[in-house]
Amino acid sequence: MNQPVNSADIHKAIVEEQAAQDRKKMMLNGVLLLILLAAPFMIYPVFLMKILCFALFAVAFNLLFGFTGLLSFGHAAFLATGGYTTGYLLSNYSGLTTEMGIIAGTLAATLLGTGFALLSIRRQGIYFAMVTLALAQLVFFFFVQSEFTGGEDGMHGIPRGELLGFINLEDNLNMYYFVLVVFIACYLLVQRIVNSPYGQVLKAIKQNEPRAVSLGYNVDRYKVLAFVISAALAGLAGSMKSVVFQLASLNDAHWHMSGEVILMTLVGGMGTLLGPVVGATFVVNIEYQLSQGALRDWVDPILGGIFVLTVLAFRSGIVGEIQKFVKKNLG
Amino acid sequence: MTMMKKLLTSAVASAMMASGAQAAISNDTVKIGYLADMSGTYRDLAGPNGLKALEMAIADFGGQVNGAKIEVVSADDRNSPDTSSSTVRRWVENEDVDLVAGMVASSVSIAVSKILEENDRLGIISGSAASSITNEHCTPNHIHYVYDTYPLANGTASAVVKEGGKTWYMLTADYAFGHALEGDVTRVVEANGGEIVGTVRHPFPTQDFSSFILQAQASGADVIGLANAGADTTNAITTASEFGVTQSGQTLAALLLFLTDVHALGAQTAQGIQLTTGWYWDMNDETREWSDRFMEETGVRPTMVHAGIYSSTMQYLNAVDATGSDDAQTVRKQMMDTPINDMFAKNGKIRVDGRMVHDMYLAEVKTPAESKNEWDLYKILRTIPAEESYRPLSESKCKLVNN
Amino acid sequence: MSMIFGVPLAVLSGQLLIGIINGAFYALLSLGLAVIFGLLKIINFAHGAMYMLGAMTTVLMFDYLGVNYWVALLLAPLLVGAFGVAIEYFLLRRIAGQDHIYSLLLTFGIALIISGVLVNWFGVSGLRYAMPDMFKGGVNLGFMFMPYYRAWVIVAALVVCFGTWFVIEKTKLGAYLRAGTEDSQLMQGFGINVPLLISLTYGFGVALAAFAGVLAAPIYSVTPVMGSATLITVFAVVVIGGMGSIGGAIITGILMGVIEGLTKTFYPPASSAVIFLVMVLVLMFRPSGLFGKEA
Repeated sequence: MNQPVNSADIHKAIVEEQAAQDRKKMMLNGVLLLILLAAPFMIYPVFLMKILCFALFAVAFNLLFGFTGLLSFGHAAFLATGGYTTGYLLSNYSGLTTEMGIIAGTLAATLLGTGFALLSIRRQGIYFAMVTLALAQLVFFFFVQSEFTGGEDGMHGIPRGELLGFINLEDNLNMYYFVLVVFIACYLLVQRIVNSPYGQVLKAIKQNEPRAVSLGYNVDRYKVLAFVISAALAGLAGSMKSVVFQLASLNDAHWHMSGEVILMTLVGGMGTLLGPVVGATFVVNIEYQLSQGALRDWVDPILGGIFVLTVLAFRSGIVGEIQKFVKKNLG
Repeated sequence: MTMMKKLLTSAVASAMMASGAQAAISNDTVKIGYLADMSGTYRDLAGPNGLKALEMAIADFGGQVNGAKIEVVSADDRNSPDTSSSTVRRWVENEDVDLVAGMVASSVSIAVSKILEENDRLGIISGSAASSITNEHCTPNHIHYVYDTYPLANGTASAVVKEGGKTWYMLTADYAFGHALEGDVTRVVEANGGEIVGTVRHPFPTQDFSSFILQAQASGADVIGLANAGADTTNAITTASEFGVTQSGQTLAALLLFLTDVHALGAQTAQGIQLTTGWYWDMNDETREWSDRFMEETGVRPTMVHAGIYSSTMQYLNAVDATGSDDAQTVRKQMMDTPINDMFAKNGKIRVDGRMVHDMYLAEVKTPAESKNEWDLYKILRTIPAEESYRPLSESKCKLVNN
Repeated sequence: MSMIFGVPLAVLSGQLLIGIINGAFYALLSLGLAVIFGLLKIINFAHGAMYMLGAMTTVLMFDYLGVNYWVALLLAPLLVGAFGVAIEYFLLRRIAGQDHIYSLLLTFGIALIISGVLVNWFGVSGLRYAMPDMFKGGVNLGFMFMPYYRAWVIVAALVVCFGTWFVIEKTKLGAYLRAGTEDSQLMQGFGINVPLLISLTYGFGVALAAFAGVLAAPIYSVTPVMGSATLITVFAVVVIGGMGSIGGAIITGILMGVIEGLTKTFYPPASSAVIFLVMVLVLMFRPSGLFGKEA
């Protein structure tokens, strides 16, 4: 580096390295896609769909937390709003096709997200987290009180129906590929957002908000938009989940769910694209496997232990730690 | 591998059907899945000890049925309908589980029963209180065994009104379960010439009941009815005792109390409370004998849910034995045709809606002077006959009942 | 009888008094949180678990060692406080200087472990703890029956609250504490063992929670999960008061007790949600809470 070099050479080297990295990424993504396509033949599809729904939920949350630096402690509200709205519409209006129900659920969550964002966006740090928590608690109260949610009995027997009116979603494979397509589309969307100029501004806000303000950005508008997109995607995850499981319940609205999505994001690696996906897969799996095995009475303390361990030793999460390792040893 | 197995099984099954053979026990194994809250709020009334009760039943039955071996799998339901759905779907679709037992939270029970109906397997729900499970949510694939809100309200409320508790003030947990109990109590109280003079709906969960107890005291009602469960009920009772509710001449009527709750309160605090229970460990030699064995295994006395899990598992295995089949409908029909006579119930009957109806008992918590040890807690005041207890089929909204 | 909004005045006075008692209780719990956040910038999500540990320790010490209520009142906070010191020393210290959020997640994990393990040992039905003899009964105030124990709760809670406030805000020790946590290098230079000071402060904060737990043991069902619902409410109190404001936590605690009490009278179903409504409203107009300093 202390050799004087021609700037054109540097430029060329950067471009080449970029291209090499892109090729590696493409290959990795290709492999992942193949795995996802083949997965339902090896693993139980409903379980895979559960993972995909939670992965989407975590990706949505991470857009806000990992890339914008806003910790929402109320994301359960959007998951539940999406789920209940879709469930209610599909159960009561048989003329609706499934995707219409899902779109309506997503819209409801988007609307709610806009409200949350407008009320909370001026608050900083822990106050932001607490306002979103408080708002989510009010939403929880509304769902407990409402007749249509079935209270703690939950909403059951939501019909999966037909996609676009002709693809039968009662079939688990059809349902799986539908969820997969939606998930990949959302993932690509978030990737696009993060790498766009808009995403750069979000990262700038995360790193140093006053500087972003002094550069002339209307920071609040950027943050509101990020919040609304995040809420919409979380709602979409909830809508799909209610169709997959054919039920919606208060568990989705409880503040523990808001805590769980933080855990997923953190374990996977916040601020990375793939992190929340890996984290959701890990957490859903571990909770599920533990609840079946010899340790089934000890799920909570083990989850607690994972929290503690992650915070103390793997703060960058699974994906973050791997990236660090790769950079250090191979890069 | 599993796909192959599935294909094979279905090929064998269809071959047998084609040859006109009686349905047999699939895979030569009867597999029972125990699903319950193992770590949350409902842990103590079923939970890990419920699994012990189930295993006791299998051991007492001899470990195998009609030449087939009996296997048990178990899982924590996390009180979450989606975790439970994933578990039960895998159980029935990939692991050939024949019977799902346990189940407490109503959201879990309802979700599981839908999956069982879809896959035509059997479920026996022992822990849930919601009477909707065999009413609007009934399926031909599940049985609701131990109790529900209907007889709880019926038993306690009618007894208390008949003893002169004419005016009632209700403390109701503000969710579907509480509302259902409150509705049932109101109906029974009014039918017996009593009156509900006030109701307060408290959030679930609530720790401090002093404010509500104060309102109940100010109402001057004869009876304070507690339409809640678990920690809410024990907190309400503790506070009532602290604020001198009974000294001022008001009676407490708890609509759902488990033995574990009363044990936690102790006779000193809980004395004199009337409640309805489906079973009590110290009723006769049969119940005592079984409870002693249970206590050896677990260190505690069984709740009615534990006893119900034992009894229903026995009934199930008997039916499998008698029919030589683990087909859900064959076994359920056999279970419906066989009256239940064991340490849990006398002349219990499983109705077409899946409700197991049996005698219930009106109990009163003993005073510290009467209570000889920490588990000696109830006096049985009266047996409430099965037909008076449960919701009559004529009022049923169940799709299996022709109304 | 005179009525206010359809509620007899006598009932209303009773509810106000009950509200103040519960408020004193909230004040005690939120005070510990405020001390920990105000001085150490740790968001202690294990506070509910520490409150539970205080109550559990009281019951277990009585059952196994025959330790009476008064001794427990001193011993349980000491034991739990020592446990807190250990947690600070072995775990929290490692993330000092990191974003607040990590302390929240770490303590949340610790709380899950503690309550999860105790559930397996003691179940969830609750442990029995008898009211100490001298507090049995109560006095009729005309508008309500006042159990002696509740009167004691309000006295004990308020004395401890104001004692703590006085020590931290008005004494030399408090000045060291505030200075030590704000500029540790300077204080280290003065020969003060700052790391020890930090451990002790955390221990003291959780000891306050444990003290509230001892007060709760005779009147609430003592279970390993009793802290989790309380935690969120108490957090709301601290946020409304302004995170880290010690006086704010005390005053807001009492205020919220009263507001909750009135809600329990006029619209009971909303009594658990009302605090969050207040929180949203307050933060809209005062972004750092009622008594917080602007960030």
